[in-house]
Amino acid sequence: MHIPSGYHMYPCGDHALTIEWGSTIDISVNKSVIALFCVLQEANIKGVKDIIPAYNSVTVVYDTALLKKSCSTKTVYEWMSRQIGKLIDSSVIDTEKKPKLVRIPVCYDLSLAPDLASLAAEHMLTIEEVVKLHMGKIYRVYMIGFLPGFAYMGSVDEGIATPRKVNPRTNVPAGSVGIAGEQTGIYPFDSPGGWQLIGQTPLKMFSANQAEPCLLQPGDDVQFYRVTILEFEKIKADVATHS
Amino acid sequence: MSLRILKAGLFDAIQDTGRYGYQYLGINPGGAMDITGMKLSNALVGNDLNEAVLEMHFPAAEIVFEEQMLIALGGADLGAEINGEALPILHPIIIQKNAVLQFRKNETGARAYLAVKGGYQSQTWLHSNSTHTRARAGGLEGRALRKNDQILTKQIFSGSFQGNGKLFTVLHWNVNLAGFYLKDAVRFIPGAEYHALNKLSQQKLETAGFSILPQSDRMGYRLKGDALSIQSPKEMISTAVPRGTIQLLPNGQLIILMADHQTTGGYPRIGHVISAGFAALAQMRASEKIRFQKTELAEAETLLLEQERNLRQLQNACNFRLQEYLAVYQK
Repeated sequence: MHIPSGYHMYPCGDHALTIEWGSTIDISVNKSVIALFCVLQEANIKGVKDIIPAYNSVTVVYDTALLKKSCSTKTVYEWMSRQIGKLIDSSVIDTEKKPKLVRIPVCYDLSLAPDLASLAAEHMLTIEEVVKLHMGKIYRVYMIGFLPGFAYMGSVDEGIATPRKVNPRTNVPAGSVGIAGEQTGIYPFDSPGGWQLIGQTPLKMFSANQAEPCLLQPGDDVQFYRVTILEFEKIKADVATHS
Repeated sequence: MSLRILKAGLFDAIQDTGRYGYQYLGINPGGAMDITGMKLSNALVGNDLNEAVLEMHFPAAEIVFEEQMLIALGGADLGAEINGEALPILHPIIIQKNAVLQFRKNETGARAYLAVKGGYQSQTWLHSNSTHTRARAGGLEGRALRKNDQILTKQIFSGSFQGNGKLFTVLHWNVNLAGFYLKDAVRFIPGAEYHALNKLSQQKLETAGFSILPQSDRMGYRLKGDALSIQSPKEMISTAVPRGTIQLLPNGQLIILMADHQTTGGYPRIGHVISAGFAALAQMRASEKIRFQKTELAEAETLLLEQERNLRQLQNACNFRLQEYLAVYQK
């Protein structure tokens, strides 16, 4: 299959451009995004410094000064958009390729889930029902942003979809699992944040000293499974000694 | 072959041109705010232009040189002194052992760069020596410099230069900044949501003038001015946002994304500051006024290429002068 051609390409200033499909958050669109991301990584186009996939777009950051020296078109943007356009037209992608499945332990104990009770009450569900709905789906990592290793995953069951908090917290502990609208995510660092916190993982989502610093990559599948507070403490201690 | 921090500054850290290739993991590029200032400092001491330097804000650190070194200061003028005697910026300077560098007054600009010949020894993380404070990696343990930190240099300055008993000697050439800092206006390329601004807001953007708020930092410059409004506020889906992106916040005010920007964002992208304008913008301080000016893509690229060529010429000239000067002492 080819990468769908119904995209819109536009400059993001003088050193980046964006390729965008439609204006919805949708798995099939995001699959095209990740496919193009992989094709561009392989293609090694001269002057490309960064390739950044998002929900429905890929942004390419390039070295304008370097490319301008040898560029025969009126702008470097024109040259780069032509290279990428050709690549999109000629690439065949494997639609059968299964994403990597990453299983992540989450402790939903109320001591680690400050918004779980209020979220359940708001949706007229029991805490157990919220947890089951949250664990019951395989989520896709649509993109990584906000913080190093912060994966935007979706989509949660509409029965537990909840807007961000009106007053964000000044400090959310690393590992906190949250919901924002139909998205779910895990804070890789202690940081300010406005997501509804419903649990915590004992895993490190980001470790600077690892060859792969982030546990999740764009396009991965993620499944949460429940651990008790005792298991949580044990895994957390193991992770700490092995890093 | 080391420097020691006698007194910590506000935020002094090792920076280079930034960490590219990892934004897909949410790892922002960071790096020097004024890359031109960084490169000019490197050119003056004969370094590779991309060598990591020390970026300093006011009040800046007090630093003792533990060996003789060849240094240069670029970017902001923070009133550098050695034992009470003023030190010029943008000149190569030979500093003698035990000289103490202090910064007295924020004369011009927002960040100064201190380059040493040969460069500093620092931690490389994901192909860059820039300090990433969030990841606590790169530079010196991924953090700002503290009192008593010792920074090693990669080379010993091997001249037999005596300095006639003076603590420092200013070499007589400097660099001409013409063309490197575009000061008249902040030029921008319209962004994807520029046309959603109503006509009045588009006009205001270029005529009203905006001032830089004190809560501006290495992540972004927050601006204050007439509120701008979008014609049809649509639900935005987050995209990647490169350095220089001008976003419109829900309150109608603007923010310009700087070196430590988040990799993705969901606010309307009004425009993107041109690369050739980053240096001047990075040297602007809180409460200073900026005026935006719309620019064509081709012109932005040409301005950048001109700066790049001038930089290379300067580098060649600096290397030539330096070799000629030091040859006398290295026979």
